[in-house]
Amino acid sequence: MSRVGTIARRTFLIGSAAVIGGVAFGYVAYKRPAKNPLLNDLAEGEAALTPYVKIDANGITLITPRADKGQGAYHMQATLIAEEFDVELDQINVDPGKPSKAYYNTAMAEEAVPFRPTDDSFMAETMRDVMDAPMKFLGLQVTGGSTSVPDSYEKLRIAGAVVRETLKAAAAQKTGVNTTALKTEAGHVILPDGSKLSYVELAPMAATIDPVNKVKLRDPSQWRMIGKPMLRIDTIAKSTGTQRYGIDFQMDGMVHATVRLNPRQGGELKGYDASAAEAMRGVQKVMPVKGGVAVVADNTWRAFMAAEAIDCDWGDAPYPAEMDGHWQALSDSFNDDQIDSKQRDDGDIDAGLAAGQVIEAEYRVPYLAHAPLEPINAVVKVTETRVDIWTGTQIPRFVQASAAAQTGVDVENVHVHVLMMGGSFGHRLEDEVVKQTVEVAMTMKGTPVKLTYRREEDMIHDFPRQIGMARAKGAVKDGQVDTYDMGIAQPSVISSQMGRQGISVPGPDSQIIAGAWEQPMAIPNYRVTGYRAPELAPVSSWRSVGASLGGFFHESFLDELIHAAGADPMEERLRLCWHEPSRKVLEAVAEMSNWDSTLGPNKGRGVAFVTSFGVATAEVVEVTNTPDGIRIDKVWVAAEVGRIVDPVNFDGLVKGGVVFGLGHAMNCEITYSDGMAEQENFDSFEGMRLKQCPEIFVRGLENGPKVRGIGEPPVPPAAPALANAIFAATGQRIREMPFSKHIEFV
Amino acid sequence: MQLIVDGKTHNVDVEDDMPLLWVLRDELNIKGVKYGCGIAACGACTVHINGEAVRSCQTFVSDVDGPVTTIQGLGQPEALHAVQEAWIETQVAQCGYCQSGQIMQAASLLTETPNPTDDEIDEAMSGNLCRCGTYPRIREAVKLAATKAQGA
Repeated sequence: MSRVGTIARRTFLIGSAAVIGGVAFGYVAYKRPAKNPLLNDLAEGEAALTPYVKIDANGITLITPRADKGQGAYHMQATLIAEEFDVELDQINVDPGKPSKAYYNTAMAEEAVPFRPTDDSFMAETMRDVMDAPMKFLGLQVTGGSTSVPDSYEKLRIAGAVVRETLKAAAAQKTGVNTTALKTEAGHVILPDGSKLSYVELAPMAATIDPVNKVKLRDPSQWRMIGKPMLRIDTIAKSTGTQRYGIDFQMDGMVHATVRLNPRQGGELKGYDASAAEAMRGVQKVMPVKGGVAVVADNTWRAFMAAEAIDCDWGDAPYPAEMDGHWQALSDSFNDDQIDSKQRDDGDIDAGLAAGQVIEAEYRVPYLAHAPLEPINAVVKVTETRVDIWTGTQIPRFVQASAAAQTGVDVENVHVHVLMMGGSFGHRLEDEVVKQTVEVAMTMKGTPVKLTYRREEDMIHDFPRQIGMARAKGAVKDGQVDTYDMGIAQPSVISSQMGRQGISVPGPDSQIIAGAWEQPMAIPNYRVTGYRAPELAPVSSWRSVGASLGGFFHESFLDELIHAAGADPMEERLRLCWHEPSRKVLEAVAEMSNWDSTLGPNKGRGVAFVTSFGVATAEVVEVTNTPDGIRIDKVWVAAEVGRIVDPVNFDGLVKGGVVFGLGHAMNCEITYSDGMAEQENFDSFEGMRLKQCPEIFVRGLENGPKVRGIGEPPVPPAAPALANAIFAATGQRIREMPFSKHIEFV
Repeated sequence: MQLIVDGKTHNVDVEDDMPLLWVLRDELNIKGVKYGCGIAACGACTVHINGEAVRSCQTFVSDVDGPVTTIQGLGQPEALHAVQEAWIETQVAQCGYCQSGQIMQAASLLTETPNPTDDEIDEAMSGNLCRCGTYPRIREAVKLAATKAQGA
């Protein structure tokens, strides 16, 4: 389906403006234009700036508003612009720009509608379009939900084409040569005689003419970049220690701070004695902040040492102090009053259970920390009239709004400078660290304050992935899966997360049943019920969000039913799967893994299939049961993403997602005792180590109608495929993560 | 206290028990060295002392008994070390935050064992955590670097 036509009808316009020595182009109108974000912060002599491409004496800058947390978002956004713009990636600078409504995330809205991602019906598409409007209203400039590529795929190519055509028009005006005789290549307009005019030298003239808004996007057969292996734009910096992250940000006169927070999250600070800390070398200040106490010193380590030396009196946690209480709350949630949704309810469950051989099971998944390797941090400078914030964040507009509210400075004078992130996995969808840094900086006006969490504070206060429990009943008949009834109880991650931003989200939480309700399986009697557990520990979106639980529940139980039916796990899934692009994914992974071949002794293979974020993903895991424990030998992955923008980055993200899914399933959990997280560093929250890493084989399929992101979808199938493989190798069915509670790993 | 870092001599006035990591990052502004865990569980802070890989978060500055090499001294974008070349060709990095430590660990491994077996690579590199899961490419890159170093 072509959406370019649709966009044109909505007056997709790109404006331009003169800047010193050049021109800036941007996406300024969509239905009604969102206010151009950069008009508010102009240097003298700059008339206006616009969001996507800026050309001046310093060269060509592409503005990439989706944050980069390691997934290559800057590279992907730059590639999409450059494809039509005809520049090489080593000719451009990349700047994440400033928080703005103009950068709202359309693709995020698509995931907010109650239609299965496999549903391309008129009604589903209409609803997705309608959702554009509220997203625009909210101006959700959010990076997440694997939406960066889907959101950018057309917008940025159109932006690139408009800029190219406008520069050609400028060249035509300058030389008198008709635009149809002009070509573009590598940052230049090429004249018929072969001579070249650089984009930079044409920029001042381009600023004086109306942008050429009628452009036709190139046919994919003409692409020079999209779909081809490329060198990611940050690879060299990240291989030489020259990439700067938020934690590396440095300014003259900057002080170093850290926090000591109540380990019982949300509990109060009843009192503290900082006399020992205040006497330590380099310590400038100790003060209360949201959730605890902050220390300001002249060096990060001195701040850390002083924070540890503070004697704090902490209040109780607002959630059960021990895990038994958390599990009990989930267990008690399976009742009619707490039904949150029943998005799938096919056939007749009672009749199905009465007619077949009944299987029952209960599954559990724990809290999990995001734990990106770069501990969270922010640098904030506050003056009477202006606030500057330098941090790695996925939610710059929320950060901006909350700093304005805290300081009383007008929102347009709050400047958020988004920096490269050393991982996130959803952690940087939260902004407590910024709020605390603003609190400190407000007491030291004019002084830039860098606040860095110790790893221990970061892990203990990492609003974790939500805990969850599933109860399932099913029946098999005539060697086939016939009835599948699953209830899933979770606290609402969306409510917890958005609540911290002061936003109340009405209606059911789609994440409670994500990864389970929307699977394209034609089981005759099929029901998925979401139960909303009460709020327990504060929780937050973790790479793949609800699907990281729901995928495990759904695919583990499906595997149990298939085995009870005496069927083959791959063949039965293929028989049940009605969605053609999804079937191709299963067929691909079966072929790649040589599924039908016989394995040696003590070996087992498991398969899992999960559609999440619109991406059908199938994984086969092969394990050996050795005398020292389970060894994960190989993993095969096939995923349907519509279009692969960069195959090298795609392959890396898929492999990384598999490692992430397997590692946490193997040995990670956050547990609470006396209200405090018991894991506070990587010695007790280890994940996968290199020597445990299997060989991973990846295939991306491009049969689907839509472009999809790949950051999250490889995660959900990994855990159930591993559990299913362990069952195949050992006969032991593991229904609880982490699996290390039940079996050893090499 | 005197320190030689990446060929330059520095005088620092710090506590004896300040970890080398924080002297490098906050006193000398060498930010290529990363803080990840502070307990030698992740390897992001790995540097060389006398050519050998150490965790700078667990090394008191007063215990440093020889020249220190950081990722920024190993090679530069315009003058790459063989391990960095291999890391770039293999496109290992995702978030990249652990990669300074990974590269320093790999360089130390290849100095001691120029042609490591798969098991030797697994053993030497397993103290370095990568939360993005770049392990398959780290293995590839170490092997490529071994080939490059031998060809050089």
